[in-house]
Amino acid sequence: MLGRLTIDAIPLYSWVAMGGAAVTVGGGLAVFLLITYLRAWKMLWRDWLTSVDHKKIGIMYVVLALVMLVRGFIDALMMRAQQAISLNNEGYLPPEHFEQIFSSHGTIMIFFVAMPFLTGLINIIVPQQIGARDVAFPFLNSVSLWMTAAGAALVLISLAVGKFSTAGWTGYPPYSGVEYSPGVGVDYWIWALLVSGIGSTLSGINFIVTIVKNRCPGMHLMRMPMFTWTTLCISILMAFAFPALTVVAAQLALDRTLGFHFFTNEAGGNMMMFANLLWIWGHPEVYILILPAFGIFSEVVATFSRKRLFGYESLVYATACIAILSFTVWLHHFFTMGSSANVNAVFGIATMIIAVPTGVKIFDWLFTMYRGRIEFHPSMVYTIGFMVTFVIGGVTGVLLALPPADYLMHNSTFLVAHFHNMLIPGALFGYFAGLNYWFPKAFGFKLDAKWGIRSFWFWMVGFYLAFMPLYALGFMGMSRRMEHYADPSWQPFLIVAALGAVCVLCGIICIGIQLYVSIKTWGSSADVTGDPWNGRTLEWATSSPPAPYNFAVLPEVRDIDAFHEMKLRGTAYTPPDRYEDIVMPKSTGLGPILGGLAFVLGFSMVWYIWWLAALCFVLSLVCVGIRACDDDTDFVMPAAEVEKIERARLARITPSNMHDMRPFVPKGAASGLPMPGGAA
Amino acid sequence: MSSAMITPAGGAREALEHEEKKSLEAREFGFWIYLMTDAVLFALLFATYAVLAGNFADGPTSKELFDLGHVAGETALLLLSSLTFGFATLAMGEDRAGRVIQWLALTLVLGVCFLAMEMVEFYGMIEKGAGPDVSGFLSAFFALVGTHGLHVAFGAIGICVMIGQVMVKGLTLPVRSRLIRLGLFWHFLDIVWIGIFSVVYLPGVM
Repeated sequence: MLGRLTIDAIPLYSWVAMGGAAVTVGGGLAVFLLITYLRAWKMLWRDWLTSVDHKKIGIMYVVLALVMLVRGFIDALMMRAQQAISLNNEGYLPPEHFEQIFSSHGTIMIFFVAMPFLTGLINIIVPQQIGARDVAFPFLNSVSLWMTAAGAALVLISLAVGKFSTAGWTGYPPYSGVEYSPGVGVDYWIWALLVSGIGSTLSGINFIVTIVKNRCPGMHLMRMPMFTWTTLCISILMAFAFPALTVVAAQLALDRTLGFHFFTNEAGGNMMMFANLLWIWGHPEVYILILPAFGIFSEVVATFSRKRLFGYESLVYATACIAILSFTVWLHHFFTMGSSANVNAVFGIATMIIAVPTGVKIFDWLFTMYRGRIEFHPSMVYTIGFMVTFVIGGVTGVLLALPPADYLMHNSTFLVAHFHNMLIPGALFGYFAGLNYWFPKAFGFKLDAKWGIRSFWFWMVGFYLAFMPLYALGFMGMSRRMEHYADPSWQPFLIVAALGAVCVLCGIICIGIQLYVSIKTWGSSADVTGDPWNGRTLEWATSSPPAPYNFAVLPEVRDIDAFHEMKLRGTAYTPPDRYEDIVMPKSTGLGPILGGLAFVLGFSMVWYIWWLAALCFVLSLVCVGIRACDDDTDFVMPAAEVEKIERARLARITPSNMHDMRPFVPKGAASGLPMPGGAA
Repeated sequence: MSSAMITPAGGAREALEHEEKKSLEAREFGFWIYLMTDAVLFALLFATYAVLAGNFADGPTSKELFDLGHVAGETALLLLSSLTFGFATLAMGEDRAGRVIQWLALTLVLGVCFLAMEMVEFYGMIEKGAGPDVSGFLSAFFALVGTHGLHVAFGAIGICVMIGQVMVKGLTLPVRSRLIRLGLFWHFLDIVWIGIFSVVYLPGVM
């Protein structure tokens, strides 16, 4: 009846694991009780969980990412603490528990922090940047969100029921095969990936169609904001790379549950194929995480340097180049598996070539700042911190791209330092910059800048303290993922790294305080115009938070910096001649229901509860069938109501809270064609 | 927001219709991209098969297992079903709902017969001790051909749903769009099958 699920699944084997389970279950229970106490279930279900509004879905994605960031970071803190003390002793974590922690840390940070964070920011911003009223498929968007949440829930519940994988976040066979990992851990990992991977594939398709089909008049491809460009590129990567993850995870699942021989040692399996398939997804994934952050940096650097982005076209082409090249380098993740020297050389050179378009971008951002009137807003500070730090990571990456050097540093802490050096500044700092930059757009008030700067410095210093020692330790011969070690010369470095982790903890606490302080004083930092930073792109043309339909009348774009140009012409806040009825998608509960079914399906596959899995599968098909027969998915918001909302908004915007555009009016030779008047 | 919901009338109905048309266009484009993601999925299963095709591991070889006559029958059924789906699409162009249903029903019968033949083949192989757990070659074979079969099964369910929709709703704009997308899916599976025939079965018996 319950497959292999028995009472033994409760983690009584270690106090630390029990504590983790208690915190997870207790946290879930606390949230449940709080919502019940506030009698907010109905509101939550009606206004949020069933919503297909891209802004709300985006906010829910970001909330998921922040919650999982805390969980993933606690894993990191525990690993640093263990390695700081486990010289010639067992430390405080048993080996099997330590292995679960490094596996869940990687899985969570990639799939359930970075992915939902970037998908959330894209959801909130991209439709507004291209002058659209929603994404192309609002319902599919909701399904994507709930698939991702179901995957995250599978990882979370593995803490309380059973164990998580001990095979690392990449789960290489034969160790992740059923012979060496007979428990449920690897199955949790597989099903979390399968379920959330489907969500990501659907997101990719959704964003491609949105950007290709839903742009407003005049928004040519070469006028799209950089963040939209990077989103288009990574959406293509998502649609074409994530099927590889689905295939490789499904094949491993078949090996483990039905005795197939894809990756086994015996009966004609081939485990190198796993590495190939995984990284055919995995390398594009690196760029899926980093390119949107590049887009955010591009927006931030232009806005807070008060200049047009330098080299817009070169940034577009560099992004496209990186996207294409990302499919040509996957083998550099396993140079040491013994492909021939020529194969390794080809992939090594391809890898180094990626540094070229990336370098172009760095110079473009630097030249954007050059002679700009720079304002040190937290998102700008994150951007500058990124540029300095990311270059170090890029250089160590070029070093690792040399196959002979890679043979020396493969699987060492040098590698760990390298990819954290790419993903923390390159991805996470970008998302934090985006959080600080676009928070007022999503909620209607600004985040506290002081605590934003503090969080940046803690993250920045913490990053250097935590990972520079790991570079050194890699050269000293320390392998990654060591539960304990015998070389006393390593310990000082590991203690410094642990201090770095504590520093990052302070950074995360600062973000918490920043949110708290900002919410407490939200009235004084309200964003009345919808344009708090004197922004340049179209998302600032809507109110903050935007009306459900974003734009009462679809804007007409004449320039790369569409909104900046509107402000110069003085047409940014002119009411239209007449308002129109607007068609809006209806909310639907099918998204969260499908997510719930996917979660139970994954859970029952992990525990071999076949009847329940089959039931969930059939019910999912029924849900899809119901939706496929539904022709009544939209409703009309009458023009009168639109007019009421818009009039109320425009009444709040007075010349006193509008930005002074006079300094931006081109003068002298720089003005080129005469600008029509109207600068406020 | 629910207070804003009204029964569409006049200009509102026009807005809804315009939006519907736009949205159906987007869906057709999106469906093409979905098919591309599915093509990547099949491409990787083909690659897996190519890597493992020779790994018989003391189990039965492809020469012993494949029966080209049986495969020719499967191929004929599937190709014919693509033709009948094409006729259904043509009938849709002529606004003949009855004809559409007839051709779809015929397509469904052919598709189900294909699935039945595939089941017979799989069952026979497992009976002979050539299940997917025997060797890398057989794992890759069952995964690739089985995934295609699973797609055909989903397509067959889709045809049932669409027959129902044509019966109940008639050939409305959304129904037409769904039929075109289902047709794309069905023809796509045909192309994949031709790949399977030429990569799996033909080299397997040569």
